[in-house]
Amino acid sequence: MNLQIAALLAQDGLTNGAIYALLALALVLVFAVTRVVFVPQGEFVAFGALSLAALQNGAVPKTIWLLLAMAVIATILELVALARRRAAARAYMLAVAGWLVAPALVAALLWFAAPLKLALGWQVCLAILSVTAIGPLLYRIAIQPVAQGSVLVLLIVAVAVHFVLGGMGLLFFGAEGSRTPAFTDAMYQLGGINVSGQSLYVYGVSALAIGGLYWAFSQTLYGKALMATAFNRVGARLVGISPNFAGALTLTVAAALGAFSGVLIGPITTVYYDSGFLVGLKGFVGAIIGGLVSYPLAAAGALLIGLIESYASFWASQYKEVIVFTLIIPVLLWRSLKTRHHEEDQ
Amino acid sequence: MTTQLAVDNVSIRYGKVEAVHRISLAVGMGQIVTVIGPNGAGKTTLLSAIMGLLPFHGEIRFEGQSLANASIEDRVENGLCLVPERRELFAEMSVADNLQLGAFCRYRRRDRTIRASLDDVYALFPRLAERREQLAGTLSGGERQMLALGRALMSKPRLLMLDEPSLGLAPRIVKEIFHTIAALQATGVSILLVEQNARVALQVADTGYVLETGELVLSGPSAELAHNPRVAQSYLGQSA
Ligand SMILES: Nc1ncnc2c1ncn2[C@@H]1O[C@H](COP(=O)(O)OP(=O)(O)O)[C@@H](O)[C@H]1O
Ligand SMILES: [Mg+2]
Repeated sequence: MNLQIAALLAQDGLTNGAIYALLALALVLVFAVTRVVFVPQGEFVAFGALSLAALQNGAVPKTIWLLLAMAVIATILELVALARRRAAARAYMLAVAGWLVAPALVAALLWFAAPLKLALGWQVCLAILSVTAIGPLLYRIAIQPVAQGSVLVLLIVAVAVHFVLGGMGLLFFGAEGSRTPAFTDAMYQLGGINVSGQSLYVYGVSALAIGGLYWAFSQTLYGKALMATAFNRVGARLVGISPNFAGALTLTVAAALGAFSGVLIGPITTVYYDSGFLVGLKGFVGAIIGGLVSYPLAAAGALLIGLIESYASFWASQYKEVIVFTLIIPVLLWRSLKTRHHEEDQ
Repeated sequence: MTTQLAVDNVSIRYGKVEAVHRISLAVGMGQIVTVIGPNGAGKTTLLSAIMGLLPFHGEIRFEGQSLANASIEDRVENGLCLVPERRELFAEMSVADNLQLGAFCRYRRRDRTIRASLDDVYALFPRLAERREQLAGTLSGGERQMLALGRALMSKPRLLMLDEPSLGLAPRIVKEIFHTIAALQATGVSILLVEQNARVALQVADTGYVLETGELVLSGPSAELAHNPRVAQSYLGQSA
């Protein structure tokens, strides 16, 4: 291997690593706020990429039917809960507006905008929006009813959701994969090394997204409210932050990050309905390196996974997944030796 | 005087063990009411149930509305607020962020006077203003109590429940905190104060209740309670 190849591999590795980093951050966030090890994160990735591919063909992403069905279920659940608590009329109106009307508007927007074959940038926004809208509904339907359960119960629910969404993906997008066009074909020469504009794009927007997250969680009150819930659930409730509100908001962010990753990964590899899982799993390994609690470590871990994967594919391409996932064992050992056990579920 | 909080025949259990047995008490608008009693009497349990942290049997009404179906967040939204025994601060966040989060409900309903409340809290506790960028977890015990009180005040409560505000604090700080509690009453906030430190509690309160092993054994105007021989002997350390 010469320097040229090494640099090329590093470039590839960092491109994938940046995408894994976004997923790792989403996983750490979801775990911190809801205690759910969010296995279905990868489905958002596949949905994001495949929705964009559908929009490219002028087709309506069929996930809008899922969106509508979930909206109806969530609305019924919410209305029943409100009736049990004998809530005021205003609460019913807000519930219908938030859980039914808002998702329906998103679906309608996709329905009318898809045949227009808008510019790539708009299609990206639509694809991300349609997947993001699924996030809070998923929380309301699948997680909120068991939110008080143990981490194990929550994990089982997450695995079930992963299978259901995977099946939906097959139903909506078919078994064929899709590849979306690159955002740019530009090539740059940096010190004798070829750098693709697409890679720079991925680095740039990932960094922007991470910076945006950092800003949101350190500067905005809703961001701080999520952090507060993660740090001290009881304290958060005592200032009026409902764990359900925090959970729904967190899954919205996670869905947006997943779809965003999907849009970024679409031009790099062919994405199938079930491709998300493996991508998400690599983000998960990154998150595990951060102990599911540290955001910077999770992001750094994910970048490392991207690099290792890239070099592994050069030396032993059949074994690259094995190498990446075997890596988790020493990391877990090291972490379990380093961290003292604290009680789960306070 | 109109009753703001009415606790009626309330029992609270942990599994099979009943920690609070059929107690009734009332807090009038603008009053300071104290519940005193030894460790393990059920004071924290009572406040937890009023706040919605624990289920209860019986009836609790706040400003005429039953709290049976209200969530913790509903209670905060409606002006009920608890400063718990364990404070439950956001240790990893700054003093300023803790205070800002105290006004979360008001922020959601687009209250424009949050800034003014923050200035009020800083005026009440200048020490918090000096430490506004410091992490809550690094504060001293007294400062943590001030922050917990300040965070509660940021929600603009109409009834504030305090669980042993004097716990673990030096006498000088206790004096300062109780000074603040008396000052809060002057601003129209009602206070339900739970204390082991009966002396200071009865000094500041209008009405008092004595809770022993989950049951109310005495009640009355706090001046009278302070002179009750049983209270004097058990809680004020005087021989009858
Ligand atoms: N989480 C719990 N589970 C079981 N019993 C509890 C729990 N918390 C408190 N108790 C019991 O309930 C009784 C009242 O406790 P508590 O309300 O904390 O008293 P106080 O605040 O007056 O010191 C005690 O006997 C205590 O052991
Ligand atoms: Mg107590």
